[in-house]
Amino acid sequence: MTFSRPGPLLTARDLRKAYGPTNALDGAEFSIQPGEVVAVMGPSGSGKSTLLHCLAGIVPPDSGSITYDARDLAKMSDARRSTLRRSEFGFVFQFGQLVPELTCVENVALPLRLNGSSRKDAERTALGWMERLEVDGLKGKRPGEVSGGQGQRVAVARALVTGPRLLFADEPTGALDSFNGDRVMELLTEAARSTNAAVVLVTHETRVAAYADREVVVRDGKSRDMERAV
Amino acid sequence: MSIGHTLLGLLETGPRHGYDLKRAFDEKFGHDRPLHYGQVYSTMSRLLKNGLVEVDGIEAGSGPERKRYAITGAGVTDVERWLTTPEKPEEYLQSTLYTKVVLALLTRRDAAEILDAQRSEHLRSMRIFTDRKRKGDLADQLICDHALFHLEADLRWLELTAARLDTLRKAVTR
Repeated sequence: MTFSRPGPLLTARDLRKAYGPTNALDGAEFSIQPGEVVAVMGPSGSGKSTLLHCLAGIVPPDSGSITYDARDLAKMSDARRSTLRRSEFGFVFQFGQLVPELTCVENVALPLRLNGSSRKDAERTALGWMERLEVDGLKGKRPGEVSGGQGQRVAVARALVTGPRLLFADEPTGALDSFNGDRVMELLTEAARSTNAAVVLVTHETRVAAYADREVVVRDGKSRDMERAV
Repeated sequence: MSIGHTLLGLLETGPRHGYDLKRAFDEKFGHDRPLHYGQVYSTMSRLLKNGLVEVDGIEAGSGPERKRYAITGAGVTDVERWLTTPEKPEEYLQSTLYTKVVLALLTRRDAAEILDAQRSEHLRSMRIFTDRKRKGDLADQLICDHALFHLEADLRWLELTAARLDTLRKAVTR
């Protein structure tokens, strides 16, 4: 009996995306294995955020293919893509992702509530993730009452609470100082590795990229896998 | 690093034998480069000669005699002066990377490839230090952060240079 190697979790081929006359993506390629942390780097305006948005099914590319777990993202209905994003993907952004009216634990529990969990179950699971991210002490506070670094850790807990197989992080430490940024990255990569979640990490900071297993550089809408290039 | 001043500083916390000094040095400062015994003894001879340490006692054993060293008043003054004098910042004006980029442009090679390869090598080092920092104690974190910030500065230079290659090519091949 032979066993085949597990294939990549997500693969993108020849992605093209234009905004008016600007080619944001011009034949970009990308691939990530289950449990792998890949940093996407590149100068401002290089197309790295567009790449992330296409990979996550938020923005459709003009052409090219994106395959997630052997399924073609372009052939899915909007509803199916939304369900996929909610149940199998997690997201962490730089700013403004927590709902200001909700407490921190309600914010973390929100994706589970949207997926139909009871309040009690959702908040119990949420609190478990807040403990792992060392922010359980903030459960009753609202986002406006916590620091930037604490808020990002709450956001990471919320991104991981549904047990996603793929986490998208767009400049997750962009608004933090080195100390808090390092702590967020340590906890984020530790938590992702412990659940075998893959992470697509968009960053312009090399210190942050150093937490990844591998680096892909985007320049002028084209991507280049630096490990395989050398 | 000034080994003499570091050993003197360690002696200020209390008298020690040469072997204990080496062990304390390696534990705190010699992560990647432990001291040789020869370095300890030659440094101690020099410090003795200059009156910065004195022999506090000699233990006779089955092997060679073991001298115990203690810092003198002059030694404490010397450590104090060294600690409070700011180090001259490195100027980093002699950069091999700069030379390689300019020569690549002059000889019409692909300078962008050279910068990319260097960038990958730097990131590989950063990954190793980040991993060591994650697994290590506070001392490891401090020493790795120092290395990481320097590598990061190099990487910023590599990126800036990559962005300026066209202008630089015109300037050096004029």
